[in-house]
Amino acid sequence: MVRYEAPQTTPEAIALLASAKGRVHILAGGTDLIVRMKGEYIEPDVIVDIKRIKSMQSIRKTAAGTSIGAAATCGSMGRHKALKKAWPGVVEAANLIGSDQIQGRCTIVGNLCNASPAADSIPALIAAGAQALVIGPKGERLLDVDKIPTGPGKNSLKKGEMVVSIELPARAPRSADAYLRFTPRTEMDIAVVSAAVNLTIDKKSVITEARVVLGAVAITAIRVPAAEAALIGNTLDEATLAAVAEACSAACNPINDKRGTVEYRTRVAGVLAKRAAQSAWARAGGKA
Amino acid sequence: MTQLVNTQINGDAVGFACEIDETLLDVLRNRVGLSGAKEGCGTGDCGACSVILDGTLVCSCLVLGVEAEGRKVETVEGLSDGADLHPLQTKFIEHAALQCGICTPGFLMAAKALLKNNPDPTEEEIRYALAGNLCRCTGYDKIVRAVQATAADMRGS
Ligand SMILES: Cc1cc2nc3c(=O)[nH]c(=O)nc-3n(C[C@H](O)[C@H](O)[C@H](O)COP(=O)(O)OP(=O)(O)OC[C@H]3O[C@@H](n4cnc5c(N)ncnc54)[C@H](O)[C@@H]3O)c2cc1C
Ligand code: FES
Ligand code: FES
Repeated sequence: MVRYEAPQTTPEAIALLASAKGRVHILAGGTDLIVRMKGEYIEPDVIVDIKRIKSMQSIRKTAAGTSIGAAATCGSMGRHKALKKAWPGVVEAANLIGSDQIQGRCTIVGNLCNASPAADSIPALIAAGAQALVIGPKGERLLDVDKIPTGPGKNSLKKGEMVVSIELPARAPRSADAYLRFTPRTEMDIAVVSAAVNLTIDKKSVITEARVVLGAVAITAIRVPAAEAALIGNTLDEATLAAVAEACSAACNPINDKRGTVEYRTRVAGVLAKRAAQSAWARAGGKA
Repeated sequence: MTQLVNTQINGDAVGFACEIDETLLDVLRNRVGLSGAKEGCGTGDCGACSVILDGTLVCSCLVLGVEAEGRKVETVEGLSDGADLHPLQTKFIEHAALQCGICTPGFLMAAKALLKNNPDPTEEEIRYALAGNLCRCTGYDKIVRAVQATAADMRGS
């Protein structure tokens, strides 16, 4: 017998998660969870709907940066001007998920916890240096987002734990991010390859910090340290871009399927990373 | 286990009992008697089941019936005012924007949600806003024209 609970506060949700017996599943937007329930891939005993928790619906500025509640929809992220200005790449990734109908329900925390290798928001969140605030029976902990997905459909959360929010750091001047994915259709499709780049430049347009992340080319999204090293200390000239593309292609370990061969995905990863770097650089105010 | 749910559908208070794992789409069709929303896929891909939940366009096949507690649901049945069709309905007929009609309730609700937020959308904005709705017979041009004509009509131009 499945039970449905819709707590109004975070402490209530934690108490429920701690005491519930059997297979307990958190329901955010349900755009993965309900599909899997219907497909009978999962059979929950208890469903804990977190959308009635007010504090989890908000997107707010904090002393350390920006906090996005676990129940804030991706659609609401797109309507949040300050968030879009500070983190255009994170927002464009979140807004690529599904259609308007899906945007009205889905969350980045659901996207992260569902842990699809092709999830759109995950590379952008890792590139952003985002952390997840996790609460469980043993208290709170802040985890780098890349520590959450562990493989296709698997995450590192322990029983009774839940992600309360995503914490984005404060922005240094002349910083910006960008996310690009390749799909055969412009909308409603799953990334064949994706790339996120987050960088900071100095007054001379020299890159001082960079994070480069690829999606859909391995079992989880991956950071590419060699591409980051190629960017730091340089402007975005041809040689730097070529080095970024080469490092990204070299880091790929993709699947081979009808949507993209290994060779194709490997090649496109380099191209997308280059374009994402160009977009982030231009947004940060970079000039050749 | 069935649960009692009190909600508002098209402005009327409605109570129903449903299973926890029953979708809002199944509740509307099988328990409330509103068969306007259709099931094309059941997985969020086709938009035939689109309804507006607390002002937000959603796929009712990916909403649990129990989630509707205390919320407001708008379905295609609430579009017309008695026998007076909504401008979107009139324009869909004028522009022959439907053939079999299975997709139409979903398109109407998606277009309604679009025009509420954006009364003067470009063609591209309309195509993006309707990307979650699939039509297998009419093709999208006539649907886009009908939405453009409605927008112009509703703006009074
Ligand atoms: C038609 C369609 C198109 C889609 N297109 C895309 C796409 O283009 N790109 C893409 O990346 N994805 C896509 N998806 C997948 C899905 O929409 C996303 O992964 C979405 O972000 C999931 O968010 P949600 O809030 O709906 O998650 P839910 O379904 O509510 O939850 C997903 C998983 O995370 C767990 N969870 C949720 N919240 C928490 C929490 N706070 N703490 C711990 N665990 C939690 C749930 O228990 C569940 O296991 C699509 C899905 C559909 C149906
Ligand atoms: S039936 Fe809901 S989207 Fe197809
Ligand atoms: S009119 Fe038949 S599916 Fe659109």
